[in-house]
Amino acid sequence: MTNEQIMSWLERIADVLHENAQYLTQLDSPIGDADHGINMDRGFTAIRAKFLDMATMDIASRLKTVGMTLVSTVGGASGPLYGTAFLRAATAASGKQELAPADLVAMLDAFLGGIVARGKAQPGEKTMVDALTPAVSSAKEALAQGKDTAEITARAAAAAEEGMKATIPMQATKGRASYLGERSIGHQDPGATSSWLIVRSLSEACTSTPRP
Amino acid sequence: MKKLINKPEMAVKEAMAGMAAAHPDLIRVDLEQQIIVRKDAPVRGKVGVISGGGSGHEPMHGGFVGMGMLDAACPGAVFTSPVPDQMLAATQAVDGGVGVLHIVKNYTGDVLNFEMAAELAAANGVQVESVVTNDDVAVQDSLYTAGRRGVGVTVLLEKIVGGFAETKAPLEKVAELARRVNSQGRSMGMALISCTVPTAGKPTFELGDDEMEIGIGIHGEPGRRRVKLAPADDITEMLAMPIIEDLGLKSGENVLAMVNGMGGTPLIELYIVYNALNRILQGKRISIARSLVGSYITSLEMAGCSITLVRLDDELTRYWDAPVHTPALRWGV
Repeated sequence: MTNEQIMSWLERIADVLHENAQYLTQLDSPIGDADHGINMDRGFTAIRAKFLDMATMDIASRLKTVGMTLVSTVGGASGPLYGTAFLRAATAASGKQELAPADLVAMLDAFLGGIVARGKAQPGEKTMVDALTPAVSSAKEALAQGKDTAEITARAAAAAEEGMKATIPMQATKGRASYLGERSIGHQDPGATSSWLIVRSLSEACTSTPRP
Repeated sequence: MKKLINKPEMAVKEAMAGMAAAHPDLIRVDLEQQIIVRKDAPVRGKVGVISGGGSGHEPMHGGFVGMGMLDAACPGAVFTSPVPDQMLAATQAVDGGVGVLHIVKNYTGDVLNFEMAAELAAANGVQVESVVTNDDVAVQDSLYTAGRRGVGVTVLLEKIVGGFAETKAPLEKVAELARRVNSQGRSMGMALISCTVPTAGKPTFELGDDEMEIGIGIHGEPGRRRVKLAPADDITEMLAMPIIEDLGLKSGENVLAMVNGMGGTPLIELYIVYNALNRILQGKRISIARSLVGSYITSLEMAGCSITLVRLDDELTRYWDAPVHTPALRWGV
């Protein structure tokens, strides 16, 4: 994955979160407080404003800028969680001019690691972790099978989508949804949904040619 | 959506500017850093006390900034935790040289952001202690949730702790008192009508004409159960009994009782609830030594109320009675 494709990834995330702000907010209403989409959009709009500055940065610096901006602008639980995820991803990509398949998987693993370290959720608690854990497992498996970046990320995105849908019957034991107990069952988790969108954007960036 | 706002995204900043203009003798506001600070901060030799949280709960916390209560407040976007940058700026603004206390309500977002802020403050050499409020009895305290939410006791704790901090008590003692107040307080709330987050444009949940939500939080999130509407006396019992049980209140004890409006309920109704609460506590020979009735920790225009009881002793009573001068609470001056 090239530095250009990293930029493409970030641009796609900004676009898709903006397009889906109302949808994510709607998901956040029955089991949250109706602000996930708005908050994520605010964070990535702030990042979009830094794209010009980021043009001359390397991969790690771009990811670090994203992480710090998310911490400073998103608020809620998502800010520290995604912020730490991107910061850890930045550390994993440190010094690299481009990401070979193994580097990309390591970066994804660090991304998930950041969320787990900050939020301490395990799979099955109806959170972002439920989309990201299968995404990372799939990516590792695909890497072990010698697949290329496009295939690795495509499988990760498919696994993330499945993981996101799997949150529907789960009872939340983390975050605001957990206060609802059994009433959280039957609703798709908004955090898992934004996580899927982020991973799908990664797959799109790795599959198409870079934007001019 | 019918609200008294201009652009939804500007609501928080405009409200902060309005507060600063309305209370220039008490507070100053930094719109860039998004913090509300006591006019004479930092007060040298006094522990700085800060809190913060999503906007939409006014007067909490900005309305509680001033002598005898908070030194600074960090308002986030509506119902969204503020970011570490705000807490760091607030910490630095109130640092009187003897440390700063962070009062954190137990919501994942608040806890994570304040955690990151405390890490940053420590890196900058400021001594910070954090106290988490988790008084909500509606959430079962178990391994299977994010823990009990911090609700009504937060207001009462900010007053009592603020009063104690004015005596120039050291940081560890101030933190200890804060933890004690939290452990002696319990709350429960209910809603008749949901609220509407300005940027969402529609109510967070829908309640039928004959329904009410028991065990709500303060962010418009649905509560534990939805039941048929009942008279105020019955509602008061539904809220008060779990509190009394959980706190183990016994005959002969003294409490501070707060009947709090969620923002959309008129005072006449809050006093009807207080009347019922008074009768319930009298029946159990629990004495209400101090009371507070009004909208102090709200959820925008949510119609509903919450009850908080704090078990009082001489020390807590003394600091509750101590002078306070903030936009929302003022006595003794």
